[in-house]
Amino acid sequence: MYKIVRKKSLNPTVSLMEIEAPLIAKKAEPGQFIIFRAKEDSERVPLTIADFDREKGTVTIIYQIVGGSTMELDTLEEGECLHDFVGPLGRPSETDGLKKVAVIGGGVGCAIAYPIAKKLSALGCEVHSVVGFRNKDLVILEDEFRAASSELRIMTDDGSYGTKGLVTNALEELIKEGNQYDEVIAIGPLIMMKFVCLLTKKYNIKTVVSMNPIMIDGTGMCGGCRLTVGGETKFACVDGPDFDGHLVDFDEAMHRGTMYRDFEKHARDEACNLLKQED
Amino acid sequence: MAFQRNMDPKKCPMPVQDPEVRRSNFNEVALGYTYEMAVNEARRCLNCKNKPCTTACPVSIDIPAFIERVANEDMEGAFEIISRSSSLPAVCGRVCPQENQCEGKCVRGIKGESVGIGRLERFVADYHREHCTEKPSVPEPNGHKVAIIGAGPSGLTAAGDLAKLGYKVTVYEALHLAGGVLVYGIPEFRLPKIIVQKEIDNLKAIGVDIETNMVIGKVLTVDELFEMGNEAVYIGSGAGLPRFMNIPGESLKGVYSANEYLTRINLMKAYKKDSKTPIKHSKKVAVVGGGNVAMDAARSAKRMGAEEVYIVYRRSMEELPARKEEVEHAVEEGIIFKTLTNPVEVLGDENGEVCGMKCVEMELGEPDASGRRRPVVKEGSEFVLEADTMIMSIGTSPNPLIRSTTPGLETNKHGCIVTDGENGLTSREGVYAGGDAVTGAATVILAMGAGKAAAKAIDEYIKSKG
Ligand SMILES: Cc1cc2nc3c(=O)[nH]c(=O)nc-3n(C[C@H](O)[C@H](O)[C@H](O)COP(=O)(O)OP(=O)(O)OC[C@H]3O[C@@H](n4cnc5c(N)ncnc54)[C@H](O)[C@@H]3O)c2cc1C
Ligand SMILES: Cc1cc2nc3c(=O)[nH]c(=O)nc-3n(C[C@H](O)[C@H](O)[C@H](O)COP(=O)(O)OP(=O)(O)OC[C@H]3O[C@@H](n4cnc5c(N)ncnc54)[C@H](O)[C@@H]3O)c2cc1C
Ligand code: SF4
Ligand code: SF4
Ligand code: FES
Repeated sequence: MYKIVRKKSLNPTVSLMEIEAPLIAKKAEPGQFIIFRAKEDSERVPLTIADFDREKGTVTIIYQIVGGSTMELDTLEEGECLHDFVGPLGRPSETDGLKKVAVIGGGVGCAIAYPIAKKLSALGCEVHSVVGFRNKDLVILEDEFRAASSELRIMTDDGSYGTKGLVTNALEELIKEGNQYDEVIAIGPLIMMKFVCLLTKKYNIKTVVSMNPIMIDGTGMCGGCRLTVGGETKFACVDGPDFDGHLVDFDEAMHRGTMYRDFEKHARDEACNLLKQED
Repeated sequence: MAFQRNMDPKKCPMPVQDPEVRRSNFNEVALGYTYEMAVNEARRCLNCKNKPCTTACPVSIDIPAFIERVANEDMEGAFEIISRSSSLPAVCGRVCPQENQCEGKCVRGIKGESVGIGRLERFVADYHREHCTEKPSVPEPNGHKVAIIGAGPSGLTAAGDLAKLGYKVTVYEALHLAGGVLVYGIPEFRLPKIIVQKEIDNLKAIGVDIETNMVIGKVLTVDELFEMGNEAVYIGSGAGLPRFMNIPGESLKGVYSANEYLTRINLMKAYKKDSKTPIKHSKKVAVVGGGNVAMDAARSAKRMGAEEVYIVYRRSMEELPARKEEVEHAVEEGIIFKTLTNPVEVLGDENGEVCGMKCVEMELGEPDASGRRRPVVKEGSEFVLEADTMIMSIGTSPNPLIRSTTPGLETNKHGCIVTDGENGLTSREGVYAGGDAVTGAATVILAMGAGKAAAKAIDEYIKSKG
């Protein structure tokens, strides 16, 4: 059992949990993820390792409540335990030789992007961050990104905070201002990553994206997480989750992501009702 | 011999659930012999001196000896004999491809039907489980530690044998549940999970530690297992990496690997009404492949409510690699066999959902390297098979996680771990391997046998170090 040592709400739908998992904390690297099951009989759900403390032996996850499983996770409180917590899965993000990088985060994708920004900055790389949210209430990790970046641009869809516009607007501006990036790292909704890639392709800047397809085992056994990258079938859980964004077939990934939409909507309604009864 | 030999040329038939009923439930299909049936069937055995049946059993169970005990109604005696060679008789009695092994060589099979060796083995194991009240005794510790990777039949067998010799054994399993393919692949209707759980409980009772959620190669490496004081490591990590055909359309919604489909149903319990695991509720399912895995996927799809389920296989009925009994059961349950057929493209609709499969017809040509006649495409035979779900069941290979994180571990071009003959020693000192991780996808009994052989070799190795 894996104990929750800290729980904190970051915005109305995003929370953070610090979990006791010493073996995972010892090995974790930015870019890797865990799979948890809140209770016995729960689904297996992947979440990125947002932070880790090797000495304390804890791993931090940041999750957005989107459906049944994340709702169920959110019912657990400090001091309680997760039934299963396995990792670190996937390959660490590559940071070798990077001198100047733009990190682009969209929504809860910022939780996945932050540990990479932090590591790069610790390695002495110049980090420019662009983070985008729908509105002011949804902004997360602002202070953390500020500490890890020499330049931070916050974008909101409705202009209620930072600058009104999309992350791609800010990135294009930065590029036009003459910034030469070794690499762009974009993490967020598929549609955002797709458009970042279209932009960087135009400027010929290598772009890495982090793919979050539906997963079960996370060890390469089911093939449910497969993607087409450069015309080849890849398993996100073992070959990724980071891939060269210019080679990813985003349209296919978007289609596959909707496979269980009806089922999920149903699960979400059910969970809502359950939650209502429990209050 | 205090009994009359039973000269019936036919095997006592296995009581089964009616196909009409069972095709919509996940309860076990084969119900098992009653006590009387078992005793009568055992009395068909001729107790042959040269034991042809035993020579064809991969773990050399003394078949006439155990059957003789059953004939004399000494069930515990029979169990004791089987246990000397096999740790999972309740499992193997159910899933062994007996017709190619023990029963295939049975003398009674020459003029009639062979003795129902597998069914008797199952009966003895079930009888023992249901009647034995004795708790397994905890062996005297010998002060040595061994780590096992993977809690499938191979790893569990090695763990049990080593624990009985006094070793402190820890099994590291990547998933949240121990059992390997026995829990995530083979469906409940063929192998009730309670039987696997019982075996695992017995191991725990003799002091084996099973640590789940431990992906070796990620959270700990083989080298770290040695640093933790283990003197040997056994790799029984199976062959779980699914293959795809690399034809257009394989990423459409509704295309599954058999592993994903079966894992959702078995491990994640999607067959239960209140399950949280999403799975497609398909109407027409095409399963590509002809092995046990394909049969399990097809029969599971039927039970999940599909109206039409096809097995699409490129050779003919005679070449189907699945167990005979599973094919017969599948036919009874209404699975439609499209043999001599091969898919060339998966077709999708405007929402990216599977709507059919473009196939070609095949004919059998000259025998290939495996001795089977090679299927060749019939010119101009293209046709479309309508389906909303496609399950790829064309094989698996070993997962690269361990080989890529264990320096000096030799593997072959298929990714299988290379071992030195019978005892499972790999290219690394103190590291042994067996089961599907070495052979590629094979059988439960072979995986179990490899675990047994390696346990013996590990014991000798550790003792030889003094
Ligand atoms: C490698 C990886 C890292 C991730 N990191 C984070 C993270 O740090 N923070 C975070 O909030 N989310 C993260 N996700 C997404 C998170 O796993 C899903 O939001 C979660 O599974 C939703 O489950 P649910 O039951 O609450 O919602 P559901 O109602 O089941 O689904 C809502 C949405 O999540 C997607 N989804 C459902 N199941 C899965 C699954 N098993 N794997 C992936 N996506 C799924 C669906 O396509 C749907 O769009 C990550 C996903 C992956 C694959
Ligand atoms: C659907 C299906 C039906 C089958 N039907 C039959 C049948 O009827 N008769 C028959 O004889 N055989 C059958 N087989 C084949 C048989 O199940 C396998 O040959 C047998 O299970 C192999 O045993 P194993 O212990 O080598 O591997 P597995 O059973 O595959 O177990 C390996 C275990 O190792 C774990 N693991 C993998 N990597 C790691 C890691 N890095 N760290 C920790 N743990 C890890 C896996 O999660 C798994 O639990 C079937 C297989 C399938 C898939
Ligand atoms: S283990 Fe398998 S091959 Fe051996 S006797 Fe039993 S059923 Fe036959
Ligand atoms: S070959 Fe058949 S009849 Fe002879 S001992 Fe074996 S099971 Fe009995
Ligand atoms: S999640 Fe099953 S193969 Fe990646």
